[in-house]
Amino acid sequence: MSYVLILLGMAAVTYAIRTTLFLFGERLVFPPLVRTALGFVPVTVLTAIIVPMTVAPHGGGVEFGLRNPQLVGGLAAVIVSAATRRPLLTIAVGLAVFFVWQGVVMPRWLPA
Amino acid sequence: MLGVQEDSPLNPSHPNPSLTQRQPRPLREFADGARDTFPMMVGAAPFGVIFGTLVTAGPLAWWHGELMSLIVFAGSAQFIAIGLLAGGAGALVVIATTLIVNLRHLLYSATLAPYVAHLPLRWRATLGALMTDEVFAVAYARYRHTRPGEMGPHYFLGSGVAMYVNWQIWTVVGLLFGAAFPGLQALGLDFATAATFIAIVVPQLAAFRYLAAAATAGVIAQLCHALPYKLNLLAAVVAGVTVGVALSLRDHVRARRCSEAAS
Repeated sequence: MSYVLILLGMAAVTYAIRTTLFLFGERLVFPPLVRTALGFVPVTVLTAIIVPMTVAPHGGGVEFGLRNPQLVGGLAAVIVSAATRRPLLTIAVGLAVFFVWQGVVMPRWLPA
Repeated sequence: MLGVQEDSPLNPSHPNPSLTQRQPRPLREFADGARDTFPMMVGAAPFGVIFGTLVTAGPLAWWHGELMSLIVFAGSAQFIAIGLLAGGAGALVVIATTLIVNLRHLLYSATLAPYVAHLPLRWRATLGALMTDEVFAVAYARYRHTRPGEMGPHYFLGSGVAMYVNWQIWTVVGLLFGAAFPGLQALGLDFATAATFIAIVVPQLAAFRYLAAAATAGVIAQLCHALPYKLNLLAAVVAGVTVGVALSLRDHVRARRCSEAAS
């Protein structure tokens, strides 16, 4: 089958998943239990994305330790966010710690 | 330095942005949405380049790769599809896999549906098409401080368009010059996405039931990391939401007992 048709199929499936519930508009009313459940979707799905990215940045098993800059930067970001709740500061400190750890601290003081 | 300013709507110290925005300002909201998405545009850039590079190394023509980014616009699904097509998989396998990998977007649209329900159909049809993990995270962080129907679509649109245009640019860069950037993944630019998600999630964990739900999801996502097609994310959400709902019901029952005892 032509690649273009496969791509169109992928696009149709993806668009349907993303948009079908939106298309119902105000006719879509969830029962209270479902609303409660959906309230937990953002924190659970985002945490489920964050944890493997930071705890196991190479996609395999967990890498606890100082030779994992994603983990060190991630913990710094969590601490700053919990203490200040300021998004820009959280992102800036997290990135600074990550890049300094990866580029300076690990090559100098944490040889493999 | 980075896109999110301290007066940003991501900042929960402003619990009700609507009070300061009596008049809707579409252009300003569009720009705010794009600005708050900026760190994740940086995070997505290397993946766009790597995707473009993979296309040129596989059986697809370069314009197939760009067409995929234009009409599918879903990073993980695109990577998996390229791998499947390179291995000679059939159309049905590729499309069914796309469905499974993107199933989490159904949860995103269910979560955001109340906030867009009042909009005209053309808006809902457009916003849905632009929804990725990143756009969902940014849009929800803004919407959750408002009542459904209170906020217009421009912030969501700004975030989605920024992410969409960014993805197209980096796909093209990868298609044209991908071979010139070896070791792009080793830079760790995608950590910008993780840091932004942390900045969005942590302030939402103040109540114990949210913390418990998130912790459950994080543990399950890692324990199930070997599952194919991102199914670890779905398993994590199901487990985390179950814990969250159970704790909510417990709190609810307790509150009712207390009010009964008081009366």
